[in-house]
Amino acid sequence: MAQSLTHGETALPADWRDLFALTKPRVMSLVVFTALCGLLAAPGEVHPVLAFSSILAIALGAGASGALNQWYEAGLDAKMKRTAGRPLPAGRLDRQTALQFGVGLAAFSLFLMLFASNWQATLLLLASILFYVFVYTMWLKPRTPQNIVIGGAAGAFPPLIGWVAATGSIAPLPVLLFLLIFLWTPPHFWALALFVRSDYAAAGIPMMPVVAGEKSTRRQILFYAIIMAIGAIAPWPLGYTGALYGWTAVILSAIFVLLSIQVGTRRTGEGDTMQPEKRLFAYSIAYLFILFGAVVADHWWPL
Amino acid sequence: MTDEPNLEPFDEAEYRRRQRSRANMMAWMLGALAILFFFITIAKMQIFA
Repeated sequence: MAQSLTHGETALPADWRDLFALTKPRVMSLVVFTALCGLLAAPGEVHPVLAFSSILAIALGAGASGALNQWYEAGLDAKMKRTAGRPLPAGRLDRQTALQFGVGLAAFSLFLMLFASNWQATLLLLASILFYVFVYTMWLKPRTPQNIVIGGAAGAFPPLIGWVAATGSIAPLPVLLFLLIFLWTPPHFWALALFVRSDYAAAGIPMMPVVAGEKSTRRQILFYAIIMAIGAIAPWPLGYTGALYGWTAVILSAIFVLLSIQVGTRRTGEGDTMQPEKRLFAYSIAYLFILFGAVVADHWWPL
Repeated sequence: MTDEPNLEPFDEAEYRRRQRSRANMMAWMLGALAILFFFITIAKMQIFA
């Protein structure tokens, strides 16, 4: 284990920066953005203070999920280069503090959501936290290469919660947005898994490239990219969005599929720098940001 | 995790610095939350008035 910042019975108090790092701020930014888009695309008006508080609750809930994920996976994180520098594996924080922080943050996020919004959104937020921690982190991730496919549902909740926080009910559009993130997750994570495959193998996590091999993973990235593109464009012909979103989805999804074809049909040799996979991973993040931005733009300024 | 005693010298200045930094952070957050809860209450009163 890495050097522990303790002396006898006295442990150094955790630095707040390490507690902040436990919340996976980069993941949180995508969660906050998609939740905000779900809220802004909903019909009717929400009081700005209540909208801000609901988004804050979703962000805190996502942060709590991240903290509990890092608490549970501290041992695995220590085995992977990509995650070895996190506060727990690096020994800058003790597990008990991380657990207390995660549970406390989760409880507070639910309380804030209930106070600022409605019980329906609170229930969905609770479901997303429980799903991410118990179903994805504890159950699926160490057991099956389908971990990302089913676990993707956890990351798909935010726009749905944002919408329900604004309206108190579920509608077809946020369900389609949920589906979009759900289908986006496999190609996004498998592109990453292809270029950090050795890391996952070292930690014994059954990610698709480790279990099924590169060729199969590449084929599945392409398969999911095509299904995702159909799911992304679907709200337009179904009449839930207008042409602004529709054309954005068509163009961006076509680029996504083209990048996936590049990844899906190539073979790698020794010393390959995995540039197409890295490009697809980076593009997939921008894709989701722009597409969700287009949902809001389309709602406010329909063509 | 190891059971061996950690023989590193105890850095009291660092201990105090972290304690102070966390206490300050907690104070700011509690203050911000008190303000947020006040505004949520006002917003709800406006909606349900």
